[in-house]
Amino acid sequence: MTQAVWNWIFVLASFGLYIGIAIWSRVRSTKGFYVADQGVPTVLNGMATGADWMSAASFLGMAGLISVMGYTGSMYLIGWTGGYVLLAMLLAPYLRKFGKFTVPDFIGDRYYSSAARGVAVFCAIFVSFTYVCGQMRGVGIVFANLLGWKITPGVLVGMGIVFFYATLGGMKGITYTQVAQYCVLICAFVIPAVGISFQMTGNPIPQMGFGSQIASGDNAGLFLLEALDKIHAELGLPEYTGAFVAGKKSMIDVFAITFALMVGTAGLPHVIIRFYTVKTVQAARWSAFWALLFIGILYTTAPAVGAFARVNLLQTTHNKPYEQVPEWFKKWESSGLIAWADKNGDGLIQFGGGAAFAGKPTFEEGDKRGDHGQRLVTNDLTEGANELYVDRDIMVLANPEIAKLPAWVVALVAAGGLAAALSTAAGLLLVISSSVSHDLFKRMLKPDMTETEELRYARIAAAVAVAIAGWFGIHPPDYVAALVAFAFGLAASSFFPAIILGIFSKRTSKEAAIAGMLTGILFTASYIIYFKFINTEANTADNWLFGISPEGIGTVGMLLNFGVTLTVTQFTSAPPEAIQDEVERLRYPSED
Amino acid sequence: MSTDEKHRQYWRTNVKVLSALLCVWFLFSCVLPIFLVERLNEVTFAGFKLGFWISQQGSIIVFIFLILGYAIIMRKVDAAHGVDEHGKLIGGKPDGSGEEGKGGAA
Repeated sequence: MTQAVWNWIFVLASFGLYIGIAIWSRVRSTKGFYVADQGVPTVLNGMATGADWMSAASFLGMAGLISVMGYTGSMYLIGWTGGYVLLAMLLAPYLRKFGKFTVPDFIGDRYYSSAARGVAVFCAIFVSFTYVCGQMRGVGIVFANLLGWKITPGVLVGMGIVFFYATLGGMKGITYTQVAQYCVLICAFVIPAVGISFQMTGNPIPQMGFGSQIASGDNAGLFLLEALDKIHAELGLPEYTGAFVAGKKSMIDVFAITFALMVGTAGLPHVIIRFYTVKTVQAARWSAFWALLFIGILYTTAPAVGAFARVNLLQTTHNKPYEQVPEWFKKWESSGLIAWADKNGDGLIQFGGGAAFAGKPTFEEGDKRGDHGQRLVTNDLTEGANELYVDRDIMVLANPEIAKLPAWVVALVAAGGLAAALSTAAGLLLVISSSVSHDLFKRMLKPDMTETEELRYARIAAAVAVAIAGWFGIHPPDYVAALVAFAFGLAASSFFPAIILGIFSKRTSKEAAIAGMLTGILFTASYIIYFKFINTEANTADNWLFGISPEGIGTVGMLLNFGVTLTVTQFTSAPPEAIQDEVERLRYPSED
Repeated sequence: MSTDEKHRQYWRTNVKVLSALLCVWFLFSCVLPIFLVERLNEVTFAGFKLGFWISQQGSIIVFIFLILGYAIIMRKVDAAHGVDEHGKLIGGKPDGSGEEGKGGAA
């Protein structure tokens, strides 16, 4: 069977499965819509949380990031898993006991204030929108590059599917589809990794192949990472396993980014909301364990995939004549994600430090070809010796082809990428829809509406959100990547301290919490906006506060939030007795 | 002992347990993989530098065990303080996926 046939089979079969689940799990109550009737078993909730959490970025982007960054890529691995420890111990059990529907619900009730609720609603919607745009983009990338379809119909189909099961089944439909999506995405990630690991090192377990000797080729007998460091040294690139060597991030910046990602993860509303869906407090704790176990499978495989891909890429391209590059190289070149500029005119591909040319590749019109048959780029070339541009997002997608795995594996990876993007998008859409219908309408604007009305608002809000997200997927703004720094920074500097203090300190007053959240948000947002949008030229380590980049500034924003909240608490009166009793109550799993 | 006193004791135990576990968390999220990574990299095993391995594999594995440990310890603490959720969990099994699965999905 040809590649195209396999692609159709895998994509259609997985989409059919999601729709089937949506019809089977449709809901009629707001409790079903918002929190799946609080009846999701822990292991399944763990899987759903895993799929919810692992986005297009985790699936497509992370291995590529690590492959380019080496040691420094660890900040994503630690940041995005370490946050679950905070979530499991500091947030999930108590929020489950609190037993409402959304994060703004908790903030609004605990701080007895609609202003606090309003701030939380704004943050929840902003953070979720930022994130969901990236997912729709991921759907587009998979469709365009792997399946060879146009981006627009691809995104429309993706939107249609999410719309269908999110509005019909709400949280319940989303949860059970996410369980299926987890299975698809983890197979799609692990199967090619096992194939490549076995090929390169003779050890089928990627986590072990990562530390094994290379089986054949120029570097046979060397340990994989040793070989990688050696090749990097020859090319004048910073040492792969080296920590804070020249050309890599400083220790303080790695620390700040890791910490902001951990705290941000714990503060992301679409992750927190998953712990409202289980039966009991104990189940919430166990859910967090299962979730991290399922996430850990992908997150321990990703750095191995990154290293394999790096060795493969360097060995097959560096100092090789263009005419002899493998098939996958030309395929990705034609989709514009690989580009080669023969600066010294020797017909060999030289790979080295720095960018080959400024920005993303733009090609001569009419697919004009150079002397060796390569596509000609029109970008301004840089002085450096590097001639090769490789988009890091293609590492995972190209991997099965690089390793010459069968056609069905390539199709499986496509289905996996779609599953990762759709599952995360659906979770985020639910947060947006519940923030609008429940927190904004039911709790703030129209408290007297019936459950049927609220459910209708929830569905309309979900539909509008899908449409907006889809529009951004088809017309992606250039600043999507910059916005992701925003999402984590804001989650870290707004929600996290307010929720933690709301549980662990009965004394924290509404004035203190609002002042803290506003300080955190304003500080973090202005720092990011200044360096990412206003004065992008100044975005270098010399100008940063304490050498911390905009990606890591959420850590400072969070500390400021804590500081302001604790200080203002000293000067304001304690919360009303009823609220303090409520806090007392959510600390114990039992009802009495 | 009054219910209130029992609850306060339970909360103190909970805070103690999670403080201890969070110390380990900080050790494996910041101290070993970031602050001390260069020193640990001088030690190698199999094909790995120790610091590099902790930052890309070890810490994630430790995190999983930390959450598992917390769930197990707190299940015991809940029972010892009589604050566990009676009637909702059958036989103390937190992941009674079989029955709940059917119930939740119907």
